[in-house]
Amino acid sequence: MKARQKRLLFVAFGILGVGVAALLAINALRSNIAYFFSPSQVVAQEAPANAVYRLGGLVVKDSLQRQPDGLTVTFDVTDQVETVRVRYTGILPDLFGEGQGVVTKGRMGPDGVFVAEEVLAKHDEAYMPPEVADSLKTAHAKGVSQAAEGAKQP
Amino acid sequence: MKLFRFSSPATFYPLAGRLIPWFWGLALLLIALGLYWSFFETPDQLGGTNPQKAYYRIIFIHVPAAWMSMWLYLVLVFWSAVGLIFNTRLSFMMAHATAPTGAIFTLIALLTGSFWGRPSWGTWWDWDPRLTSELVLFFLYVGYGALHAAIDEPRRGDRACALLAIVGLVMVPIIFWSINCPDPNQCAALHQRSSLDRIEENILFAMLTMTLGFWMYSFATIFMRVRSLILLREAESTWVREMLERMK
Repeated sequence: MKARQKRLLFVAFGILGVGVAALLAINALRSNIAYFFSPSQVVAQEAPANAVYRLGGLVVKDSLQRQPDGLTVTFDVTDQVETVRVRYTGILPDLFGEGQGVVTKGRMGPDGVFVAEEVLAKHDEAYMPPEVADSLKTAHAKGVSQAAEGAKQP
Repeated sequence: MKLFRFSSPATFYPLAGRLIPWFWGLALLLIALGLYWSFFETPDQLGGTNPQKAYYRIIFIHVPAAWMSMWLYLVLVFWSAVGLIFNTRLSFMMAHATAPTGAIFTLIALLTGSFWGRPSWGTWWDWDPRLTSELVLFFLYVGYGALHAAIDEPRRGDRACALLAIVGLVMVPIIFWSINCPDPNQCAALHQRSSLDRIEENILFAMLTMTLGFWMYSFATIFMRVRSLILLREAESTWVREMLERMK
């Protein structure tokens, strides 16, 4: 075996090893990375009780209430299964809105309300001007209802 | 073999010199067109569930820079591997010249992402998987340069850095996966997922034009850097002396 072929093998095995390491890392991240907890996990007490963690989900429509002091707000965060109420004092980000994704950081209060220190808005990955997005949405709704109609028929 | 003709620094030096003005020209043209398109031909605000205002336009810098940061790392690893296997001087110089441009694009992606994150998410920085892995990529580029600078003998430095680059390759699939994973429940993150299929054509066009422009810019700067490296390292060789004689 020539020296060049030896080095080729050496580098090929190196890259293969790195590939396996990346696969393992991705797998480990997949099961262990808890960037945020969902309301279901919080209700099931999987989230740490006396520590700061992130709670993520969708803001429930018509749940946003502003307190008399003008700065404190409460809203419900849901993952479509369970719902957790969040209290936050401060300025909400521009993209915050009912029905939108949100990530809040804080700890669970004694009254079962999640006290957030920070509220971050998640934005959607669709990059469409308003008109197109609206027509897509109705098309999607139509498609969903048609699919539901189709499912009803035997 | 014909492929190896340009692997000699003496033949590559003049070739790169001839190509550099073309790459600069293409880079300026494409970036000018891309910027014009991104400011004047794209919608002023987004709609639907993504009501971002004009500040979303930072994607025309942010996304191409982030793509280039990953692509240039692959280029860096490619030249490092070729250098290790064939022991060619030029491939190590190409690798060495790629690192600073890659580091700059990574920094641009991180900074513009931060400027974007403040108005849209409500924070400059968060330890989200995507942001964190991109930061590690930046440290890899900087570490590559630092390691090279720390080893006096360039040939030894080349090989040490090539190994570092290959080991660092582990980050690229992690960064890629951190926004391209198929199941959103498995990779809960603040950073949005990749979504080239749900994008308006003008936004896509501006983004791709900017990416091509950044790519041409990378060629231009990397070739310029390679030419300097060739002159530095081959200063004692006959062809450099002859060339300098002719320039007198």
